[in-house]
Amino acid sequence: MATRWFGAPVQRLEDPRLLRGKGTYVDDIDLPGMLHAAILRSTQARARIVSIDASAARALPGVSLVLTAEDLGNVLEPSPLLVPHAALTHPRTQLPLARDEVHYVGEAVAMVVAESRYLAEDALDLIDVDYEPLPVVHSLDIARAPDAPLVHADVPGNVAAHLVQQVGNPDEVFASAPHVIEETFLIDRGAAMPMECRGIVANWDPFEEMLTCWISTQGPIPIRNGLAAIFGLPEHKVRVVAPDVGGGFGTKIMMFYPEEILTPFAARKLGRPVKWIEDRREHFISANQERSQFHEVAYAFDDQGILLAVRDRFWHDTGAYTPYGIIVPIITACTLPGPYRLRHYASEFTVLYTNKVPVSPYRGAGRPHAVFVMERIIDRIAGELHLDRLEVRSRNFIAPDEFPWDVGLVYQDGGPTKYDSGNYQAGLEKLKGLLDYDHFREKQEAARQEGRYLGLGIGCYVEGTGIGPYEGAKVSVESDGRVYAATGVTTQGQAHATTLAQIVAEQLGVDIHDVMVTTGDTQAFHWGVGTYASRAATVAGSAMYLAAVKVREKAKQIAAELFEASPDDIELANGKVFVRDSPQKALTLGQVAISANPLRYSYGENARKLMNMKLAGPRPGPALPADRGGPGLEASEFYSPQHGSFASGIHGAIIEVDPATGMVRFLKYAAVHDCGRVINPTIVEGQVHGGVAQGIGGAFFERLVYDTEGQLMNASFMDYLLPTAAEVPPILVDHVETPSPLSPLGVKGAGEAGVIPVPALFASALDDALAPFGLRIREMPLHPCRLHELLREARERQRS
Amino acid sequence: MMQNEEETLAFTEECEIAVTVNGQRYERRVPVRLLLSDFLRHDLRLTGTHVGCEHGVCGCCTVLLNGEAVRSCLMFAVQADNLFLTTIEGMAGTQSELHPIQQAFMEKHGLQCGFCTPGIIMSVHALLHEHPDPSEEEIREGLSGNICRCTGYQNIVEAVKLAAERLRAGRQEVE
Repeated sequence: MATRWFGAPVQRLEDPRLLRGKGTYVDDIDLPGMLHAAILRSTQARARIVSIDASAARALPGVSLVLTAEDLGNVLEPSPLLVPHAALTHPRTQLPLARDEVHYVGEAVAMVVAESRYLAEDALDLIDVDYEPLPVVHSLDIARAPDAPLVHADVPGNVAAHLVQQVGNPDEVFASAPHVIEETFLIDRGAAMPMECRGIVANWDPFEEMLTCWISTQGPIPIRNGLAAIFGLPEHKVRVVAPDVGGGFGTKIMMFYPEEILTPFAARKLGRPVKWIEDRREHFISANQERSQFHEVAYAFDDQGILLAVRDRFWHDTGAYTPYGIIVPIITACTLPGPYRLRHYASEFTVLYTNKVPVSPYRGAGRPHAVFVMERIIDRIAGELHLDRLEVRSRNFIAPDEFPWDVGLVYQDGGPTKYDSGNYQAGLEKLKGLLDYDHFREKQEAARQEGRYLGLGIGCYVEGTGIGPYEGAKVSVESDGRVYAATGVTTQGQAHATTLAQIVAEQLGVDIHDVMVTTGDTQAFHWGVGTYASRAATVAGSAMYLAAVKVREKAKQIAAELFEASPDDIELANGKVFVRDSPQKALTLGQVAISANPLRYSYGENARKLMNMKLAGPRPGPALPADRGGPGLEASEFYSPQHGSFASGIHGAIIEVDPATGMVRFLKYAAVHDCGRVINPTIVEGQVHGGVAQGIGGAFFERLVYDTEGQLMNASFMDYLLPTAAEVPPILVDHVETPSPLSPLGVKGAGEAGVIPVPALFASALDDALAPFGLRIREMPLHPCRLHELLREARERQRS
Repeated sequence: MMQNEEETLAFTEECEIAVTVNGQRYERRVPVRLLLSDFLRHDLRLTGTHVGCEHGVCGCCTVLLNGEAVRSCLMFAVQADNLFLTTIEGMAGTQSELHPIQQAFMEKHGLQCGFCTPGIIMSVHALLHEHPDPSEEEIREGLSGNICRCTGYQNIVEAVKLAAERLRAGRQEVE
């Protein structure tokens, strides 16, 4: 029996290289004659640029080039709007370098290129910019105030977009509902913070007339096409490579960050390679952020705890620009109903500009906010009716026989928000077991007797994953039998070199170590979009599967001709191709690959052996028959999903709160996750662990604090606290596998999942732990200081 | 205006240093303001040592200096003059086998994007030298100077436990 690769917890193929320090991240690339760039960034959140004097910087020895807006010629164009939408009436995107006005602290104003980064930064200090400060919009509250200053003078009310969607007839339901509650919820800004900052190396080759850029990005193909357009080059003369990428989490699925235009511009102008590497401070003030929303919610329910209707009106902070359109708030609106049978839902959102770093999706992308709101609602219903929180969830869950379930809203990809499959109750039952739910109340009571405050929190979610438009893959068997596989998506830690190899190895009957996967290099594969929206395994994985199946069938056909057998009787296993009944008379896959190329002069051992075998002799007709589909064992295939597939999960945690300090400790954390069929359980669990850790950061420590002047007050790891091993608890993970009927492999996305329910369950656990104080959490994140403040207010309320 | 004379001097002053890295001695003339991390990465082309924050918090740039874990972004190259450094490239040596710590990270899926990994391996090396049989709490405490944004630390902790066990069982000298 051949080895099964799909579904096996195999070790990662990328590890030996990365563990030895032999990875190649952008900053590891060193080209002869390379120069180094540094960016001068706006110190003002909103100001008019009166003048820029760069003469002293230009005169500094070792400086090759100083660029300001006026030096960019026709390259000084706003970046493209990546995802237009009819509701986005006032889109604004950023110029590579600010002209006339700056709109956030950190906006690029000038670039210096010098012999070293040290010199380039010296030169930045010599550039004199005269700013005339203008009133600043530093928060959502200011942005939506009646007489708010304007972030963009030509955008009235700071409103970029306004979208209303409705399912059913909520007004009617509200009018007759037994219970109606209104509440507001606030989620503040956070950021992805990959350990590797952004970066680019650009090289212009005058002999090939070719531009090559290595970029720490999640989407090299759109960037290649964009750079070709900007510089008037043929697309095949621009190569963009995402080499090893040190984490992305959404912040690197963006185009264009200004440096991605400025660096190749400088390289072409100077005729020398140029490198720009973002430092951490720059990352804090120029890499996109997310999360900030304010929700006003009304919800109606009956005496049994059945949720009847929801009305959600929210305001979404998009920062100074809308590079990514309104994807994030659309996802929020569509994610809010979650696993619940919600038939009457009114959703309305307004996207507002602020003088802050622009917003684009960060792992979870609008979902943690929506789940926070919905799970707060469910908990409150349980509390009002004195029902068990899990029981209320069970009563409202969509049942397994109700799929496909159409939520009734248009999703971010323009398709329906239509759940393909799911089994939410199964996940809940597993979670109960993992948390020993039925005995928790006793433990909680016992702890309270000792003056300790334990709380249990729950968060359920449904996550749209695996969206289109499409991805492709090429699979090609080389003469030595190794398989080369390429796709346009990128990898920033998800182990695609392993999981995609598992898919290919399974179909071709080879060892995964013989499958060489290339991702994120436009020279290797130039169709597709990128890695985002938990879609690579689903969409690129399906394309990879289809290409491998095609190669397998071709191998069978060719072997059948050589063995004079039927293709149906040919098997592929252990790198060999043979007739089922006579495995001793086998060809290697490499030999079949050589045979599949009758026009090639073949070399090497495989070719020699093949000659000696004297298999099927000369035949009449063309050497490469028309129905062969071209030479070689090679195929390219594409996969375009009908619509997104919807993964789900339920997480729970038991925490202990110290009411005196606001400090919280996780005593237990459990996650039950359903991403359809699992390609590699170890890797999926790793994704969940990492997501949860990021979620804990986002729920507890990570809040970007801006002052009234729009200055980010905590722009360092000393002040913006990422969770360490000391804060993140051990995480129990279990799976429910509900295959997706949409894709050939039955898989759904897994990358973002872990982060999504954490703010919701954190709030749920805090409410539970601090019930004696009558606390109701309505905001995220909750730093210990803020929690302490809320507790003090609650105590004062109780006293009065 | 141009910087004063004293600052100009600091920008351009250079110094001869001799540093032993992974057993090999390097003699170089370097600017006095050159960070040790940049010296390793760009002058010696030992790019396995990564730079994640340049302010001494993330731990990506951790190397061993005379056996102790230090952050190479918080030191100048000139401060390493006449000292002995070990970087990730020196862990497995030239043999084909990985160091037991590296091997354990592979088996326990202790890395994802790999960017923080070299720094973590170096920290773990120092940790296990000091605590050959660490408790989970000691491991988590020992790792708390290194930030990983991908793994949630769980499999890193498992990898450290496995590495500790094997290092104790085997006769490998942890230096």
